[in-house]
Amino acid sequence: MTADAIPLQAYLTVAAFLFCIGVWGLINSRNAVRVLMSIELMLNAVNLNLMAFSNYLDGQLVRGQVFAIFVITVAAAEAAVGLAILLSLYRNRETVDMERFNLLRW
Amino acid sequence: MTVASSTQLVCFVILSSTLVLGSLAVVLLPNIVYSAFLLAGVFLSVAGLYLLLNASFVAAAQVLVYVGAVNVLILFAIMLVNKKENLAPIPGMALRRLLSGAVCAGLLGLLIRVAFTTPWALPGPTPVGEDATIRIGEHLFSDYLLPFELASVLLLMSMIGAIVLARRDVFSTDIITGEPADQVLIEKERSPLLLEPTDSAPLRSSP
Repeated sequence: MTADAIPLQAYLTVAAFLFCIGVWGLINSRNAVRVLMSIELMLNAVNLNLMAFSNYLDGQLVRGQVFAIFVITVAAAEAAVGLAILLSLYRNRETVDMERFNLLRW
Repeated sequence: MTVASSTQLVCFVILSSTLVLGSLAVVLLPNIVYSAFLLAGVFLSVAGLYLLLNASFVAAAQVLVYVGAVNVLILFAIMLVNKKENLAPIPGMALRRLLSGAVCAGLLGLLIRVAFTTPWALPGPTPVGEDATIRIGEHLFSDYLLPFELASVLLLMSMIGAIVLARRDVFSTDIITGEPADQVLIEKERSPLLLEPTDSAPLRSSP
């Protein structure tokens, strides 16, 4: 019923924008909390793709929506563990600067 | 074009522009608190796009989980680590931004090209619309039952892991003498473990 109003490619383009903004923020953020936010943006872009495919190509068995629910679950778990790691790091190094979390780099 | 489809088009344009501008602001704004609140706006507009895609249940789950839980968790993390610190400038940061921007623009071009050149099997079957919630329930309890149960195990594991990672290690007895330890003293005297001594910020002195 929505197939004529908005093409599938429009949703895919919006999701591509969201994903690329997330990748850029993931690489360039200095603040560790912002890195986690960028990961959430990328997961949302993937979810948007899944939902668009589920509506346009798999309208009867909505398997994309089931996958989106699983992705939301994993994202919630990832956010909880990531923020706990961040707190632990902050307690030990007293900074949130990603450039100074280099204990294992060299 | 009927009224309904033009309304959908207007909603899509508003939601997607909010989404893209909001996510750009999340990444680019210097104040992290503004970023966190704009992230809630981004999640809400994604939920609006889900509503346009006939997925009311997932839209509700998105609002509940992302805006209600993840975003609040991020705000708590900001509150707990909120210390004004001047980040030391890094040589080549502008070059890194430019290079990664070019890579991301290339990735964007690639994704858009794939989206527009792939012959999708359109038009697909008619969307079930409001019955999608029933279908999701049938899927979750028939052919996706194992991932559904594994998700509950994953949530339990992440809950325990988050508690273990975020709590303080406070010993009830002194390791060396075996006497009961003074908790207040431990909390005050415990200095960060991994700070470099040559740092500009000196080590926290014991009171």
